[in-house]
Amino acid sequence: MIGVMTAIVALLAATIIGVAWRRRNGVLRSTTDAKSGADAADAAEGADAAVLGPEFASKLGERATLVQFSSAFCAPCRATRRVLDEVAAMVDGVRYVEIDAESRLDLVRRLAVLRTPTVLVLDGAGRVVRRGTGPPRKADVIAALGVAIPGPTGPTGAPMREAEHRPSQGAR
Amino acid sequence: MQVDPRGQRFAAAVTSVVLVAVLVTGSWLLLAAQALVFAIGAGFGARYTPYALIFRGLLRPRLGPPPQLEDAAPPRFSQGVGLVFAAVGVVGYGSAVTWLGLIATAMALAAAFLNAAFGFCLGCELYLLIKRFTPQTRSAGG
Repeated sequence: MIGVMTAIVALLAATIIGVAWRRRNGVLRSTTDAKSGADAADAAEGADAAVLGPEFASKLGERATLVQFSSAFCAPCRATRRVLDEVAAMVDGVRYVEIDAESRLDLVRRLAVLRTPTVLVLDGAGRVVRRGTGPPRKADVIAALGVAIPGPTGPTGAPMREAEHRPSQGAR
Repeated sequence: MQVDPRGQRFAAAVTSVVLVAVLVTGSWLLLAAQALVFAIGAGFGARYTPYALIFRGLLRPRLGPPPQLEDAAPPRFSQGVGLVFAAVGVVGYGSAVTWLGLIATAMALAAAFLNAAFGFCLGCELYLLIKRFTPQTRSAGG
């Protein structure tokens, strides 16, 4: 009898975990650090803004960077790599950086990475603007870049497609 | 090495059924048999377990080629995690410490069911967590 109960509890617990996991998987969430407004402006001046540290400075994209933490025993890492690589190749000034979690446990601990793949979307200053675990959808990555890269007023002056708002859309 | 992910899901489903049977019957012998299957999977690769052979022999010819292949390393590692839980469970049931058998088998069942029903490899997730919480060795490469 207790065995049957145990089996039911185990299956229920697994179902709850599975549903929660499926809901979160691949979703890029906004990282709402307390550092917004004036604080963020201050941080942008200093080199500390880059979460990955100075050794990654040469690898970051000019406008944004897609960072992926991977590990040896990670089935969805390959699909994630494909999506991020594709988007980085598609958008100017965006680079893709893959970090082997095992060899960079210092970063894993500092950034509280619990799972692979963990995806970070960094802005031009190397700050995390979006974060998620599991393979993201291509459209979500592009949307996250829309947040990471300042629109038509950005330094390069090259507008993102997402940032374009047609006036007719509202008047329709 | 690449494997058909559908085969892994099928094997996880069979494993789940076996582990439910272990919990219901409390048979350490059945759990020992499942531990042996895990040991084959961890030692030689998940594709050599009897469940994977059933999939390849009976189901895959009817299903056709898989839409994509996956790395063999993650499922192999998770078979090793399953082996640890099953071994602890066998010790529990075998030495009449029933609660230990129940808990270890329940954990293995939860992991197998997550894999079968959701395609979520809990054993694989443990890999980074274990690495993360092991004290960092002062070896080169950092």
